[in-house]
Amino acid sequence: MQLAVLMGFLLAASSPLLHRWFGQRTSLVLALFPAGLAAWLALQAPEVIENGSLLLAWQWVPSLGISLTFLLDGLSLLFGLLITVIGACVLVYAGGYLKDHPDLARFHIALVAFMVSMLGLVLADGLFTLFIFWELTSITSYLLIGFNHSDIEARKSARQGLFVTVAGGLALMAGLVLLGIASGSWSLAEILSADADLREHALYTPMLICLLLAAFTKSAQFPFHFWLPNAMAAPTPVSAYLHSATMVKAGIYLLARLHPELGGTALWVGILSVVGATTMLVGAFLAIHHTNIKKLLAYSTIMTLGTLTMLLGIGSEYAMTAFVTFLLAHSLYKGALFMVAGILDHETGTKDVTQMGGLRPVMPITATIALVAALSFAGVPPLLGFIGKELMLESVLGADRFQMLLVLFAFVAAILTIAVAFIVALRPFYGKRYQTPLEPHEAPLSMLVGPALLALGSLLLGLVPAMLGGDALLTSAATAVAGHTTEVTLSLWYGVNIALIMSMVSLGLGFWLFKRWDSVRGRLSILNPVMRRGPEAGYESMMNGIVHLSEWQTRLLQNGYMRNYILVMLITLIALIGNSILLRHSPQFAFDLDVRFHEAAVVGCMAMGALFATISRSRLGAVVSVGVMGFSIALIFILFSAPDLAITQLLVETLTVILLVLVLFRLPRFSNLSTSFERIRDGIVAATMGILICMLIMTSWSIQQFEPISTYMIENSVPLAHGLNIVNVILVDYRALDTLGEMFVLALAAIGVIAMLKLRHGEGLPSENGDGKNGEKRNAAITKEPYDG
Amino acid sequence: MVKSGTIILNTAARLLMPLQLLFSVFLLLRGHDEPGGGFIAGLVAAGAFTLYLFAFGVSATKEVLRMVDPRDLIGVGLLLGMISVLPAWFMGQPFLTAQWWTIPIIDFKASTPLIFDVGVYFAVLGSVTGMVMSLMEVDKDEP
Repeated sequence: MQLAVLMGFLLAASSPLLHRWFGQRTSLVLALFPAGLAAWLALQAPEVIENGSLLLAWQWVPSLGISLTFLLDGLSLLFGLLITVIGACVLVYAGGYLKDHPDLARFHIALVAFMVSMLGLVLADGLFTLFIFWELTSITSYLLIGFNHSDIEARKSARQGLFVTVAGGLALMAGLVLLGIASGSWSLAEILSADADLREHALYTPMLICLLLAAFTKSAQFPFHFWLPNAMAAPTPVSAYLHSATMVKAGIYLLARLHPELGGTALWVGILSVVGATTMLVGAFLAIHHTNIKKLLAYSTIMTLGTLTMLLGIGSEYAMTAFVTFLLAHSLYKGALFMVAGILDHETGTKDVTQMGGLRPVMPITATIALVAALSFAGVPPLLGFIGKELMLESVLGADRFQMLLVLFAFVAAILTIAVAFIVALRPFYGKRYQTPLEPHEAPLSMLVGPALLALGSLLLGLVPAMLGGDALLTSAATAVAGHTTEVTLSLWYGVNIALIMSMVSLGLGFWLFKRWDSVRGRLSILNPVMRRGPEAGYESMMNGIVHLSEWQTRLLQNGYMRNYILVMLITLIALIGNSILLRHSPQFAFDLDVRFHEAAVVGCMAMGALFATISRSRLGAVVSVGVMGFSIALIFILFSAPDLAITQLLVETLTVILLVLVLFRLPRFSNLSTSFERIRDGIVAATMGILICMLIMTSWSIQQFEPISTYMIENSVPLAHGLNIVNVILVDYRALDTLGEMFVLALAAIGVIAMLKLRHGEGLPSENGDGKNGEKRNAAITKEPYDG
Repeated sequence: MVKSGTIILNTAARLLMPLQLLFSVFLLLRGHDEPGGGFIAGLVAAGAFTLYLFAFGVSATKEVLRMVDPRDLIGVGLLLGMISVLPAWFMGQPFLTAQWWTIPIIDFKASTPLIFDVGVYFAVLGSVTGMVMSLMEVDKDEP
């Protein structure tokens, strides 16, 4: 299975090649892959249902304890089947929808990559693996939303979706790390089967909040819901697949997966039921505002996601049954409806439902599919959606907390949902015929197969739930979510009860609302100013704020003047080192005056050089006196028997002087540009730095926290590294990785210098940087030697 | 700005450059046991070319270097550095573990650290020479 997922990425990468071979039929060929996976999953189903779960072990990075183990239990099986079956339908559909699109190959790359990422996400056992696949779905989703990259709206929406979900991804990482620490295991199977109760753990609250943030952003819960309707900028197959059936359910999956371990506490129940119910109501309410068919469906998807979250919050056995049923029903009918929406858009050229009507005679098959799917959506018997809604209402009525609130929200949301369902399925096909931009005709077969299959699934699973192992699969899934055996027996008739009455009343009210939709929408438009102040406005102003902040700090810190960079760096260093030395250690500042005469002489030379460099009025003089300092340092190295260092110092110093001299001639005349205030300030900073470093060295001499590593290096340099020169052994053996990194730094610096010179050289730019910045830059580049011995 | 052509400098450069290059190779090879090593050797070699650059100018130095562009040397150096990483992988050992082979007839210790050191040598040589050369090239074209 792991191999299959990895192969999937290969397949995605090779799809341009497949295009060359199969042309327009590539979609069909690619669809064989998810179909095969679905078959494999279906074959595993009996074993999973019998044993509860199946572990497919696969070591990935054993030294870090990261494995690519897959956990196949009822929940992941249900999700896996949805992903693969709907994936196959969507691929076939996309072949028709994007026929003759020049970028079809690119579309396939992203879609297949998304499919395997999503599959990996729901199958992952390791927390790291889960996180990686989670992020992969965010990235592939970004690519798919922004598929029409020449459209600025699509790019903006893609970026918005990416920011929101990736911010959630960060929260997920934090949450998973906390989960791993709290449970002591990085494997979901172990965490789920452990006896320890994580709810009592001290880290429970922060962990839960992080994980909920991740789930809520991914699954578009209020107030993070705004990215999902915008994601409708994606081509319709993507909306059908990612933004209704699969990716947006990743957050729900995470919650369901962790429900047995984390669920049931007051915090969990409170947040999930209230946020879920709010999302449900907001989604349903916003849906009827829109006339764009894809937006209508997107908001109703938000409503469904809210319902699922709420059911997880309620947490009763009934709610679990309702959860899995609703999940399955929604994926089937919403996938079908989105594809129908795509067909309508494709064949009529408009997405506005008020501009369509009377299309049934020209597209009878589409109309039938739409009708079946919408009836399931509205919860009309005998479809699966009806059972789902029935169970949902039943579990809301049985909720322990917030019962009245949840019942009210659920009832209102149900009415609105029914209205949306009728708007989508009836409005375009019945009534008066409108003039549409394109002359409508029935969609090609490739675009009908997918939605027809899904609609058929809604119908059959509603009529005969036990067929296709529906009951057994859902029982297994509900058991995995609840954490204990939960028997699911679906049936169309649970007897006359409050839920049934509510269901029927909402049907009537929903139909009434559908009839009066146009006038209701007109009246709701007075709410528009309020809508504009929603969470999306908050997101916009936050993003703008970030841009402004970065502009401000770039202007402040990276203003292009080398002297300011150095000043900022030194002050930061002083703050950090000073803080650490003065507050955490007792600073030592004692001189042990046991110096020989020649040592004092060399140090005197250095001091003179430094002094002369600062007061010199000739640039050449300053360079030479800096050179004197450097050579004196080399002398010190020799005196203290470090020949390698001394040689390096001499060579670097020589080359630095040469480079400086080369640069000097290109600089403007030496003049006094700084005010005396600046000079005094710089002098104070420099002196403080010097004293601090001096103190640091003296203090560190007296602090011995660890055994010095040099002993080990000296002892082992011959036996292990076969070298007598320890400095070199450190560079090329012990610390070779550091050196390798520094080689790259040096190379980059050199390339940067060469490129900068060539650029100015080539374009003949005016010498606006000729104020010493370049010279200093080069100097910084050359003195950055790969040397840490 | 750099006036090439003084006779002492020219003669010295012509004599010194081969010596310096030879010396740099010497430093490179003995580096593992005695003071020396790739970094130092690279600087010495760069010094040799810099001296030549001062004496004869950019175009003459380019002729000496023939087809080799200093920028390519940077790449070669990085490549050698990366190549020296690989043998450890084939031996199933952690990244960058040193491998030693003795070449029998001349009794020469060949090793991945040596390859790595040669990589450092070329990277340093290429970087410094490239920088100096492009600096002087800019000077040459300006009045």
